[in-house]
Amino acid sequence: MSSADITQLLIYVIALTFLSFPLGLYMADVYDGKTTILARLIGPFEKLTYRLSAVDSSTDMNWKQYAVSMLLFNTIGLIAVYALQRLQPFLPLNPQGLAAVSPDSALNTAISFASNTNWQGYSGEQTLSYLTQMLGLTVQNFVSAATGMAVLASFIRAFARQSTDKIGNFWVDLVRTVFYILLPLSIVLALALVSQGTVQTFNSYAQYSPIEAVKDSNGAAVSAPLIALGPAASQVAIKQLGTNGGGFFNVNSSHPLENPTPLSNFLEALSILIIPAGLCWTFGKMVGQIRQGAVIYVSMFVIFLAGLLICTLSESAGNPLFHQIANLANISNMEGKEVRFGIFNSTLWATATTVASNGSVNSMHDSLLPMAGMIPMLMIQLGEVVFGGVGSGLYGMLVFALITVFIAGLMVGRTPEYLGKKIEAYEVKMASLIILIPPSIVLVGTAIAVSLECGLSSLCNHGAHGFSEILYAFSSAGNNNGSAFAGLNANTPFYNVALGIAMWYARFWLAVPALAIAGSLVAKKTVPKGAGTLPTDTGLFVVLLISVVIIFGALTFFPALALGPIVEQLQMVFKK
Amino acid sequence: MAKITLQSLLMLLVMTVVTGLLYPLVITLVAQTVFPKQANGSLIMVNGKVIGSALLGQKFSQDKYFYTRPSSTGSYPYNAAGSGGSNLGPTNEDLIKQMKERADNFEKTNHGNSKIPTDLITSSASGLDPHISVAAARYQAQRVASARRLNVEIVRNLVDKETEQRQWLIFGEPRVNVLKLNLALDELR
Repeated sequence: MSSADITQLLIYVIALTFLSFPLGLYMADVYDGKTTILARLIGPFEKLTYRLSAVDSSTDMNWKQYAVSMLLFNTIGLIAVYALQRLQPFLPLNPQGLAAVSPDSALNTAISFASNTNWQGYSGEQTLSYLTQMLGLTVQNFVSAATGMAVLASFIRAFARQSTDKIGNFWVDLVRTVFYILLPLSIVLALALVSQGTVQTFNSYAQYSPIEAVKDSNGAAVSAPLIALGPAASQVAIKQLGTNGGGFFNVNSSHPLENPTPLSNFLEALSILIIPAGLCWTFGKMVGQIRQGAVIYVSMFVIFLAGLLICTLSESAGNPLFHQIANLANISNMEGKEVRFGIFNSTLWATATTVASNGSVNSMHDSLLPMAGMIPMLMIQLGEVVFGGVGSGLYGMLVFALITVFIAGLMVGRTPEYLGKKIEAYEVKMASLIILIPPSIVLVGTAIAVSLECGLSSLCNHGAHGFSEILYAFSSAGNNNGSAFAGLNANTPFYNVALGIAMWYARFWLAVPALAIAGSLVAKKTVPKGAGTLPTDTGLFVVLLISVVIIFGALTFFPALALGPIVEQLQMVFKK
Repeated sequence: MAKITLQSLLMLLVMTVVTGLLYPLVITLVAQTVFPKQANGSLIMVNGKVIGSALLGQKFSQDKYFYTRPSSTGSYPYNAAGSGGSNLGPTNEDLIKQMKERADNFEKTNHGNSKIPTDLITSSASGLDPHISVAAARYQAQRVASARRLNVEIVRNLVDKETEQRQWLIFGEPRVNVLKLNLALDELR
């Protein structure tokens, strides 16, 4: 790493820590129902929204009511996105006259955006009308992110409250998240991005006359080449902030009209982690012990930094196979990267977007060197709990914290407790579901795909790297990340359906057991610390928590990774 | 259940109006007022015609122009309505083969008098990368100068002038916008 890289890393880390802290405290006020500085401006709209949607904002729900509201709301959203894609030729704001999306692709995309995954089997500028992007995708960008954060808020309340069955009101958590957190941040980011050159227009694609006439692959002249445009900035802002990640254009944030400058890149990369990081502090404040939030933040941060360093150092080493090319200045791996970002900004993004379940990209992960490409894959496979999805990442990490105190409790033979709540059989069963479901989906899905002709025919690269393409796809869908080794042609009926199922279960089969844990814990009394209580606000707990996350992820996925990136690394080193 | 379904429907409707309509419309309105050029794609007009975007690369194949990077966009290179990368993996033989071919082409025109910068023979992530590295621009200066019968120093000075430093001296990498450089070349006489 050069000194310029280290400077950019330091600025990123400092900005992340110092901006996430006040944001986190502010979000705690939002979820505690306190009056915030935006209340005077937004309050009337908030009340109007409750009235229009027939919601009684004063009553809290038990966990089952909360779960049912969450599931129904998300299912109806999913149906709406599906319908918009199928009906887009008959609807307005379709200046390019794009056709209806095929049923399997439309279903995949609907699940993808409703589950906060934003896996994209389609090419944005060639498939979706402006209307579908706005009313379908942008809306789901907001509400799927808000759903994750709402579930987290209720999960935290399980520790903050006692002897009740009420964990909050889903509608209130949803609306307050969108109105007080996501919208204000998105407006600021969207305008900042436009200032850098991200497009925001309803004009149709611009026709232009390039300096040299354009010829297609058959040598025939292309008479009217087009530049794809659209209302991109407004969607890019929320897809970065809400760990959504679905690009407006096919190549996501490597597209110069989606991420035009190094500064826009810095802002977008910072936005990936700002809310998931801030929620750690929200947690600390809501349970009345900031140190508990700090412990979670530090644990996540250490894993992120380790991944980033490994990814950057591996990628910076260059591709030894390039030595086969005579008279080359260096072996730097610029395939699939943009010059304005270079190596470091590409690996920083690749790591950030995969520790968080964002999944947007500014370089092509498929072209990363084997070890550098393994890091994004591994970060996803850790279960999207290192920052993770907005909300879902932190409740996932808190589930790992429960597992950690449980394991520690087993060692000394005491009933484990976390933040004064006793962790018993029911919680551990639900926690086990949460940490076992995603790896099962990933490994079983990969196994099925590599055994079927229709799974293999989509490959762009073959051999070990081809295996990595499939493993990455199921890791991404099975943990709601959304990034890809994009050489894999996933817009086939097999992948659209298989990955659609993976995304659905990874999202909702985790959210419901998480709410069940919340429902069980909120009913318990908070017990005072005893002599046998494992303190969870110390450096020791940071080490324990990191160990549990890493050991669990590594043990589960090491065999699969050995067949993909690890074999490829050996092939690369010995082939030169 | 019926009540929650109704609430879900109504809530989705309100959210659609707020985040799907009002939000993008307000952003568009402000963007078109405050940053009209950027919001519309930073298009460049020459003699009343749109010749491209300052942010998007174009393919150049004549010796008198600086070349952009290889592009893997759909249908034809630098298709600004079909972005895409090659997605070739690091050990894929096609990648090395393509790079060798491109390197050979450069060797012919540049007579092997300096080493080829890697970005010039690898395809970008978007397929629309407007930039090349400063080294890649300097590497091509002699060819462009010969084709234009210019003193190479004039071309090199132009490259220096068109070099963009790291943004705020911190962010990103130093680089040269090829379209802007080529337009500046055409304006020399």
